[in-house]
Amino acid sequence: MTTPLRLAILASTILAGAAHAQEPVTLTIESWRNDDLAIWNDTIIPAYEASHPNVQIEFAPTAPAEYNAALNSKLQAGSAGDLITCRPFDASLELYNNGQLSDLTDLAAMANFSDVAKAAWQTDDAAHTFCVPMASVIHGFIYNKTAFDELGLQEPKTVDEFFQVLDKIKEDGTYIPMAMGTNDQWEAATMGYQNIGPNYWKGEEGRLALIAGTQKLTDPQWVAPYEQLARWKDYLGDGFEAQTYPDSQNLFTLGRAAIYPAGSWEIAGFRAQIADSFEMAAFPPPVPAAGDTCYISDHTDIGIGMNAATQHPEEAREFLEWVGSPEFAALYSNALPGFFSLNSTPVEQTDPLAQEFVSWREECQPTIRSTYQILSRGTPNLENETWNASANVIRGSETPQDAAARLQQGLDSWYKPAQQ
Amino acid sequence: MTARRPIRWHIAVFLAPAVLVYTAIMIVPLIGTLNLSLYRATETGPQFVGLGNFRTLFGDALWSDAFWNALGNNVWFFIIHMLVQNPIGILLAALLSSPRLRLAAFYRTAIFVPTVLSFVIVGFVWKLILSPLWGIAPSMLGAVGLKGLFAPWLGQEGSALTALALVSVWQFVGIPMMLIYAALLSIPDEVMEAAEMDGITGWSRFWKVQLPLILPSIGIISILTFVGNFNAFDLIYVAQGALAGPDFATDILGTFLYRTFFGFQLQIGDPNMGAAIATAMFLIILAGVCVYLFGIQTRLRRYQF
Repeated sequence: MTTPLRLAILASTILAGAAHAQEPVTLTIESWRNDDLAIWNDTIIPAYEASHPNVQIEFAPTAPAEYNAALNSKLQAGSAGDLITCRPFDASLELYNNGQLSDLTDLAAMANFSDVAKAAWQTDDAAHTFCVPMASVIHGFIYNKTAFDELGLQEPKTVDEFFQVLDKIKEDGTYIPMAMGTNDQWEAATMGYQNIGPNYWKGEEGRLALIAGTQKLTDPQWVAPYEQLARWKDYLGDGFEAQTYPDSQNLFTLGRAAIYPAGSWEIAGFRAQIADSFEMAAFPPPVPAAGDTCYISDHTDIGIGMNAATQHPEEAREFLEWVGSPEFAALYSNALPGFFSLNSTPVEQTDPLAQEFVSWREECQPTIRSTYQILSRGTPNLENETWNASANVIRGSETPQDAAARLQQGLDSWYKPAQQ
Repeated sequence: MTARRPIRWHIAVFLAPAVLVYTAIMIVPLIGTLNLSLYRATETGPQFVGLGNFRTLFGDALWSDAFWNALGNNVWFFIIHMLVQNPIGILLAALLSSPRLRLAAFYRTAIFVPTVLSFVIVGFVWKLILSPLWGIAPSMLGAVGLKGLFAPWLGQEGSALTALALVSVWQFVGIPMMLIYAALLSIPDEVMEAAEMDGITGWSRFWKVQLPLILPSIGIISILTFVGNFNAFDLIYVAQGALAGPDFATDILGTFLYRTFFGFQLQIGDPNMGAAIATAMFLIILAGVCVYLFGIQTRLRRYQF
């Protein structure tokens, strides 16, 4: 081999190496928020990549119902992305305990979050935090304001007023009073039971008492929400038993239903669907009696953590620092109205409906979903059982008392509060 | 000197590809699953518990109720297929083999097409057809004045499983039809002519001559249906989700296994209990196949033409 040729080969090897060094690092985000793909690709990722040219972010969501199973399989197989969107509480805690999520306690951005915000992604003793809190969602009822004005209805404040409003809508017959189905089950629990429940069990007070074992699911304050759910049946559309979640969304956005038991995450999608065809507004879950303190479910829903097996831990941590910054909070909350940042820096909401939801934080006591912390750790799983029980109660195939007794029995079979 | 028979290497060489592939993708995972079902995850790692997981599965009411419910639903799913799919398949095959039928090739193709569709498509299409809100089923019934007969079938405990079983029948009726059709075609014309000479025609020819000759095919179809039904999962999962609503009325062994093994929503997956369920499914199917092979197939009479 001639010397020039050798040199040429050597040079090309070095150049190839140099080119390789400049190639940007790609970080992949695992998520269940497939609805947010456009927002990540159009708004959030370009904003980050503009200031970090050496990093490329790829947002790779899975369908919500499959996310946990798919993520666990990918983590075990070593094919999961670098950044993991964290479900609150035990699903993520389990991943941390298995060494699949990194400890992020020393991340500087953690100082931007309150203890309550971090609680969903900490070990039970709060010593280690493993995900950066991103957002919470608030439950309430979104309604068709145009329809309410047409029928001369006011936002209901109490449960009695709520059913009076429903009766009037039903009597008039133009609109389906409430859009919800029981086919997919989770809406009955999440937008039903967990939405109206905190007013009865007094938010955090009841939730913590349930964990401490001083209250039971068979106590009146835990059965009462089921009793109200059983009354909903008459106001849901024909064939609600086979109505799916997208069916309910469409019924409302097409203007065929007047009230939609909601989570604030619906806001962006509803705005796009409804456009200008009618005006929508929201009211918090009605209280049992006039003058009662109101409680809302302000559920810490999304965090983001780092795959412990990532090839690029430094780049991933740098990205997480940014996710914890006020800059990200403003970008995210306004790109996704209805996902309220957990950052201590208040974010000005530009969407009026999102502003309405977040304003309830001032007048009502916030709590999180009762089944998420600790209580869904065993088998049978209280959250999954609650889906089934709520759907049964609404369909009328199980009485509120029977459902509550079954849930408590299932919980008693593995949960011993004294051992906590 | 007697020549020793050479070792016949070619047998091993020719068998090797199939044996290796089958072992790698079937036997090893099967043994792995059976093995997994004998362990339980603990703080210190997997621990051998013998038949402990099976004791939980059949002894603990929380698990056994779900298991028997799934098994019962599975049996009903199978009964519907045996009572609806296979008789209709035989009937269609008998009609298709009639020499006077025109457009037979078209019917044959049309009836077979759903079989090649994905479960996902079939599940979604039927969910839409039967939807009480946007489906064409309520309006079609309304057009003939029978709107009152419509109910949200997929959402009611009493009817959801039967409705889904019938959807599955609609999808797979082409398979028994094709197998029986092939069996009917293989009956020699001489036999049929002899029957005609003896004055056996029309339906009585079908009952007395053709049916006995296609019984072995019906046996094969039954066992294929049995194995297929007890391994079913896709259609239920697509139509009703992993929780197999309403109130577990459509929960079959496949969905029960999926929920247990992979976990669902806040429920974290339990591979060991999942493997125990998979083992139970394997034994049920094995028992069914054995009953067929030793109890039925050996007694079927075969005819040589």
